[in-house]
Amino acid sequence: MPAQQQKWLNLFMKVLPLSLLFLLTGCSERFVLLNPKGPVAEVQKDLILWSIWFMLFIIVVIFVLFAVILWKYRERPENLDYEPPDQHGNTLLEIIWTAIPVLIVIALAIPTVKATFELEKPPKESRGVEPIVIHATAADWKWIFSYPEENIETVNYVNIPKDVPVEFKLTAVGGMSALWIPELGGQKYNMAGMGMTLYLQADHVGTFKGRNSNFTGEGFAHQTFDVNAMEKEDFYKWVKETQASAPLLTKKQFNEIIQVGVLKDKLTFSGTHLAWVDFAKPGEHLDNIPAKEKHGTIKLEEVESDHHDNREHESHQHEGH
Amino acid sequence: MKWDEFFVTGEPLIYMADAAIVLTIIGIVFVLTYFKKWKWLWKEWLTTVDHKKIGIMYIISAVLMLFRGGVDALLMRAQLTVPNNTFLDSQHYNEIFTTHGTIMILFMAMPFIFGIMNIAVPLQIGARDVAFPYLNALSFWTFFFGALLFNISFVIGGSPDAGWTAYMPLAGNELSPGPGQNYYLLGLQISGIGSLISGINFIVTILKMRAPGMTLMRMPMFTWATLITSILVVFAFPVLTVALALMTLDRIFGTHFFTLSGDGVPMHWANLFWIWGHPEVYIAILPAFGVFSEVVSTFARKRLFGYTAMVWSMVAISVLSMLVWVHHFFTMGSGAPVNAFFSVSTMAIAIPTGVKIFNWLFTLYKGRIKFTSAMLWSLAFIPTFVIGGVTGVMLSMAAADYQYHNTYFLVAHFHNTLICGTVFAVFAALHYWYPKMFGVILNEKLGKITFWFFVLGFNVCFLPQYVLGFMGMPRRIYTYPADAGWTELNVISTIGAVMMGIGFIFLCINVVYTYFKGERDLTGDPWDGRTLEWSIPSPAPHYNFAVTPQVKGLDAWWMMKKERKEGKEEEKPEYKPIHMPSNSGRPFIMSIFFFIAGFGLVFEWMPVAIIGLIGVIICMILRSFEYDDGYYVPVEEIKQTEAGRE
Amino acid sequence: MSEIAPKQSNLPLEYSTKQNQLNILGFWIFLGAELALFATLFATYLVLVSRTAGGPGPEELYELKTVLIETFLLLTSSFTCGLAVYEMRRGKQAGMIGWLIVTILLGIGFLYFEIEEFILYAVHEGATMQTSAFLSSFFTLVGTHGLHVTIGIFWILIIILQVLKRGLNADTARKVFISSLYWHFLDVVWIFLFTLVYLTGMVS
Repeated sequence: MPAQQQKWLNLFMKVLPLSLLFLLTGCSERFVLLNPKGPVAEVQKDLILWSIWFMLFIIVVIFVLFAVILWKYRERPENLDYEPPDQHGNTLLEIIWTAIPVLIVIALAIPTVKATFELEKPPKESRGVEPIVIHATAADWKWIFSYPEENIETVNYVNIPKDVPVEFKLTAVGGMSALWIPELGGQKYNMAGMGMTLYLQADHVGTFKGRNSNFTGEGFAHQTFDVNAMEKEDFYKWVKETQASAPLLTKKQFNEIIQVGVLKDKLTFSGTHLAWVDFAKPGEHLDNIPAKEKHGTIKLEEVESDHHDNREHESHQHEGH
Repeated sequence: MKWDEFFVTGEPLIYMADAAIVLTIIGIVFVLTYFKKWKWLWKEWLTTVDHKKIGIMYIISAVLMLFRGGVDALLMRAQLTVPNNTFLDSQHYNEIFTTHGTIMILFMAMPFIFGIMNIAVPLQIGARDVAFPYLNALSFWTFFFGALLFNISFVIGGSPDAGWTAYMPLAGNELSPGPGQNYYLLGLQISGIGSLISGINFIVTILKMRAPGMTLMRMPMFTWATLITSILVVFAFPVLTVALALMTLDRIFGTHFFTLSGDGVPMHWANLFWIWGHPEVYIAILPAFGVFSEVVSTFARKRLFGYTAMVWSMVAISVLSMLVWVHHFFTMGSGAPVNAFFSVSTMAIAIPTGVKIFNWLFTLYKGRIKFTSAMLWSLAFIPTFVIGGVTGVMLSMAAADYQYHNTYFLVAHFHNTLICGTVFAVFAALHYWYPKMFGVILNEKLGKITFWFFVLGFNVCFLPQYVLGFMGMPRRIYTYPADAGWTELNVISTIGAVMMGIGFIFLCINVVYTYFKGERDLTGDPWDGRTLEWSIPSPAPHYNFAVTPQVKGLDAWWMMKKERKEGKEEEKPEYKPIHMPSNSGRPFIMSIFFFIAGFGLVFEWMPVAIIGLIGVIICMILRSFEYDDGYYVPVEEIKQTEAGRE
Repeated sequence: MSEIAPKQSNLPLEYSTKQNQLNILGFWIFLGAELALFATLFATYLVLVSRTAGGPGPEELYELKTVLIETFLLLTSSFTCGLAVYEMRRGKQAGMIGWLIVTILLGIGFLYFEIEEFILYAVHEGATMQTSAFLSSFFTLVGTHGLHVTIGIFWILIIILQVLKRGLNADTARKVFISSLYWHFLDVVWIFLFTLVYLTGMVS
């Protein structure tokens, strides 16, 4: 019986690291965390891979020791009279297995601290390039992007120029949300009455998925948006066109947009809500917190369609309201 | 409030649950009446102050809560198995993951651990009971009624739906109206009283009531773990008490601690929650470390390797656990210096934890390893927990955490540590100490079936979730689109969850089987144990030790057995009457008043709340005027009980 | 619940039984938890003190005179509470009860002025708990301390009744001693309140 269990245990030990290796080999498109499309996500990917190697080393050492010890010292019919020795400990061994983790922690801590400081600034690849400022406001449950310089506002999608650092100014109306575009880099919280800065940058053209990753209630799963990274010329062409042709954002329309609820449309406006309200300022949201309605307002069927055209490049303005 | 708002309506699942609850209550009342057991229930259980019975009640409640939390988990897995699933709607899913998290941590893990502490600690240190048996009963009943209050939200008034972390402003009145979130606040508040009292109780018990000769460095490792855990409880739980009280004030009395209006600071809630919350994680895991140390040492037939280092690493972990809370929200913008500090302090926890892992491995080294069910759980812990540990280190790297945060990578990590740590430990402990609790040994064959289903199921369920994290699947979403590419791994994960559920069913079968046909433990020492609890009969007599044992070193009972084998003559035990505390129904009644007060506050019915509070105060005053010196167990009775052994 | 153990003559009455020693240690640990509780409330106050939402801030609100009277009353009550324990150690029941009554009266005086202070803020200046985050935290912090004092007064009263009924023995002496620990603790908390809340508030 024990021998049979041993076999199972060993098999089990082998399956575990394999599944982790599967992770590492996963450089396919689906592993968005390991598939960076910009320098910020690149820094994070390097850090992740660096740590994975150390962690795999630890796992291998412990699994091998564990398997060998279990196999060798298992109780068998022939060793029933074996009385194990009265060992108290071994100072040298204990120093070794304290020192090695200390070294590993140092090896991980240095790049972590470096990267953590680095991410507070625009990516170093584009030092000297003036970042484009975009205010990203999370409202339950949609995303509003305002370009103060360009005087444009978009809802549920954001267009950015390639190779230019984007300075996202994060804030929210209502629940604490988090702006996350995995392929461009990690997230930060959007909080009402607070302003925070997140630097991201794309060095590929394409459409990337972004979302709110911090739970904000019923419509949270549908609070997604598209990021369209484009060549600089295309971007500025889009800016010009939008400024000229998009409808002007009115206060009334904006207040309708931030009402609690899922909004599947992608909208485009000239003019931004920053003209009359900045939710990053404490107290500004007071008149604007919409009350939540009673349960069961979100039905999947109504918001489902929102997922099908996700990937499609959609920069036309809707006349939604 | 209308009746259809008071009772939750509109969901077939809820109506089924309503019916099940009513039928269960009718069934229990019928059985108790038919077998004339009401008096027995009151005298033997509801009023008991015996640490062993309180421990058993804790464990029974915890298993019930494991069932409830497990059903929640299976419902969530069912919903996530396929994309665009409409099995649960968003609101329902949110309620389920909120109650799953809260129940598993506070109403399953904590009471299970307290139950095991109650059973094992006084026996391990040769004490007659805990220091304050009356308060111990109060601990249990406040926990029980707190948990009850939280659980009835499911059918009365609606469950909380803001996540077990209840971040503001989501959990505030504007975004979460209704009684749901109040249930969370008051259920936790009431059961928190019990946790704090337990913490104090165990510190005093361990510091002051050890058998003569048992110095601190001769204490069994589980007792050490309990001591350190209790200190954490005493310093961490008041923070939760305050945080919950402040949010209650915000929601019911219109204050502005965490609100957006009135200049409140929602982030302050996150800080307070995790200043309690992170030590809480270690409150759940340190006792688990203690259990594994006992079990591994017993079934490897070897003294624990590096005892001193084991103690100091636990102390180090507990100190560090107070200094890492910010790693739960690196993304809240504390700035690089703060994030860097908390990154490094978090990584540092890996060092003492690594020391413990190696010490367990070297306890096994040169041992004679016996694969009992209890030992299997402890062995499975080592490799699986290492995975949970290293992923924890990965999460602690702030810059990388910006990517992992709020993903299934995180979900997999904390299940990996909490299930492989706490759940494996309480299952190991249940098998290990079952004879001491009930005098029968859990069936080994069924135990192993449980083990393999559960452990394999665990890995099938949670390893894919790490990968899902890398694929960008965020936590707490109730559905996902088909083109996200997450479907296959979610299917696998659900299969694993079902396997864990099957494992749990086998555990229940085992308990029932053992009740009817279990092998009796006549020796009191079925595992050839090392610590004092195995020196007394099984189940432990209500007075515990007929004669207070004399301790000469670590593993006191092992040393006694060795001396006996070497032919050392034993002195004939001289029995003296043993002093015992009297039973009391007041902890039970007082907790009912706590429940009434809590229920009143949940619905903001102030007269009800005031009646409840007055009841609590009256119970406390009555207690103050009570002078009960307990009673003595006569020598005759002790002789009789001890003679029945062997 | 007191376990009858041989009396050790060199120990004070309140420490004379094993169970009493356990209770007193248990209460010390409870005070540790209370410390954590007040520390959390202090931290909350310090986080929120500048967030007045257009309402009055500390410097406009606090009344030095009332606060000084409160401080004087509470510090004196701590001293008289110490005298009560001193009398108890000398076996003087009447003296002990006398000083305990003085302690209670001073405590009631403290509460009187504190309630007056609260009424002044809330009714006359319209600064209630619901006005701003600062005021929520102020009233909660100071109010929690006041609630503790209130509980302490009733507690000591109940203990006086028990001493009158049973005389001074190991049990009642323990209760008096533990309640005195509690009372001194509240005094210590007040000193922090006075400096961190009132003095700092009035200076800035």
